[in-house]
Amino acid sequence: MKSRMLETKRGVKVRVFEAGSGSPLMFFHGAGGLFPENPFLDRLAERYHVLAPELPGYGESTNEELLEDMLDFTLHGWDVVAALGLTKPHLMGHSMGGMIAAEMACLQPNDLAKLVLVAPAGLWIPEQPIPDIFSFLPHEFAQHLFYDRAAGEALLTGGLDMKNPDALAEFYIGNSRRLSMAGKILFPIPNRRLSKRLYRLTAPTLMIWGKNDTLIPPVYGERFQALIPHSRLALIDQAAHMVPYEQPAEFVRLTTAFLAS
Amino acid sequence: MKFTWFNLMPWPYLPDDFREKHRSVWVDIPNTLYDPKKGHQVYHEYMDQLEYAEELGYDGIGCNEHHQNGYGLMPSPNIIAAGLARRTSRAAIAVIGNSIALYNPPIRVAEEFAMLDVISGGRLLAGFPVGTSMDTNYCYGQIPALTRDKYAEAHELIMRAWAEEEPFAFDGKYNQLRWVNCWPKPIQKPHPPIYIPGGGSIETWDFCLDYDYNYSYLSFTGYLRGKKLLDGYWDRVAKRGKDESPYRAAFAQTICVAETDQEAEKLYAEHVSYFYNRCLHVAGGFADAPGYRTIKTLQANVVTAISEDVQKLFPTLTWKQLIDDGYVIAGSPATVRQRMEEMIKGLRVGHVFCLIHVGNMPDWKTRYSSKLFAEKVMPHLRDMWPEWKDDNRWWCKPMEERLHPEENLKQARQDGRLPL
Repeated sequence: MKSRMLETKRGVKVRVFEAGSGSPLMFFHGAGGLFPENPFLDRLAERYHVLAPELPGYGESTNEELLEDMLDFTLHGWDVVAALGLTKPHLMGHSMGGMIAAEMACLQPNDLAKLVLVAPAGLWIPEQPIPDIFSFLPHEFAQHLFYDRAAGEALLTGGLDMKNPDALAEFYIGNSRRLSMAGKILFPIPNRRLSKRLYRLTAPTLMIWGKNDTLIPPVYGERFQALIPHSRLALIDQAAHMVPYEQPAEFVRLTTAFLAS
Repeated sequence: MKFTWFNLMPWPYLPDDFREKHRSVWVDIPNTLYDPKKGHQVYHEYMDQLEYAEELGYDGIGCNEHHQNGYGLMPSPNIIAAGLARRTSRAAIAVIGNSIALYNPPIRVAEEFAMLDVISGGRLLAGFPVGTSMDTNYCYGQIPALTRDKYAEAHELIMRAWAEEEPFAFDGKYNQLRWVNCWPKPIQKPHPPIYIPGGGSIETWDFCLDYDYNYSYLSFTGYLRGKKLLDGYWDRVAKRGKDESPYRAAFAQTICVAETDQEAEKLYAEHVSYFYNRCLHVAGGFADAPGYRTIKTLQANVVTAISEDVQKLFPTLTWKQLIDDGYVIAGSPATVRQRMEEMIKGLRVGHVFCLIHVGNMPDWKTRYSSKLFAEKVMPHLRDMWPEWKDDNRWWCKPMEERLHPEENLKQARQDGRLPL
């Protein structure tokens, strides 16, 4: 995918990855950010104009101090849509990005085509507390995020040798910067009362969940489904929280079938 | 030199296999390990020791704030300080301090510190820590990336509340108060001396220098490592064109005194080991929430920040290493005096927070060590900074005509008005 920088009206500098043509499909990444390779986006770009902005604090995007709370993040999402000059894009978000996409759709329900929420954050079920990602050590992420932990480990570290102190320091600082930003809407409990606003959604909505998700387990998908009118929940086998990375073919098949219907 | 006798108030009954069985002494430590009936004894013993420190001639007695942990049992240091204010009348009461970002609204700190200053007759040293990440983020739920901003706002509100003589409105990001009107107000004017405890965030240096607050470096890895950090602080002082009064800085030091070096090891080694292996056994994931430190600080200091090595190091430390590397200053009065001189000169500090009660140390050893330090070490260290001897900018200024409630109590007992 190619990338370009843009600046929103608020003044946030955003790097946007972009590929393909067709109807615009915005993708909002999770708390870990985009990986160097995102095969599911490449495949979606065969049929759609895929646009994947990085939140400030992630990758090359900066001026993160301009975003402090949920409303800032939500408006920022629409600011990016405006800066890209898009009309009625599909919105898709993964984990924290799903929470942002859902909030965007609640705020401006008539300004999107369809909504795809991939294991979104944003709800809290007291009987099913979500693990505290902010207290994970670097080596603890893979076991909570991936069905295949070894493959996940390799993806997360992007080939860095974690025994090398410099590489570890670089990973630690990058991770700290990303999660520092994510913490503004996810810490200490990832619930900014989205449940009170979901009634506003009018766009057709698909939820996709990894059957083996232990971070935000599929019971959260059922809760989302109960709260969102006209929504459908699809589960994918042999996948955990990082479902689009773990089962890209099935993920893309479900997504394109939904967007085309 | 000013010496403040500080009690961290650790829980002394952590089991021998604590380190193996439990991942952290902080945040998620099982609270079934706490026994309130033993706690009754522990609080009184620790508060009695603080009062005894005044009798021994320490300049100050100190307490601090921590939450959900076995390392220090003072979620509310002001309660301890209130007890001390009634039972002492000479020593400074160092509350180092209240984690001002955690109080809603922080006007509560302005009020309670004012109460302590008034009750103690102007003996309060007021500390404003950001708080550890364990306390502030994991236990009290503050968003890490916004903690420092919230702290800065709380600081502004408290200082204005003490300074203003008319009610005012405060339209903050985290606190909106239509009427701020501090009652009571502190005795010390314009405000009690402010101490900022720091664990290594470089932004804190400038904050201290902006307002001429004391910078208190709290570390348990000893003065040899502390020197690197304080050298950075003194460089910053020089760059900012501030005078180099050693009273701008304080250092917390674990100290154990006995008649001989051998006796010190025999008496205290097990308690020091308890402290390093149980009280400091913090799960790596709770040490530093992402966003708690700025990227600038991480870049300057990343090795210590990520270092699980430090945690792995503690159980391997022998008494000799603890002494040689300066984690602990221990030995005969002569040895302790010599090491203290090195530490005070090396770090350039005018204030020492003396950590003499360590881990699960029993009362008698604590008193023995405290007394030896007061009688055989402290007098020799008094004049380490003769050129700054009149610099009392960071010390309390009590009222001359203050009351002595603890003496009234003694008198009432002597007169038979109260049973002994």
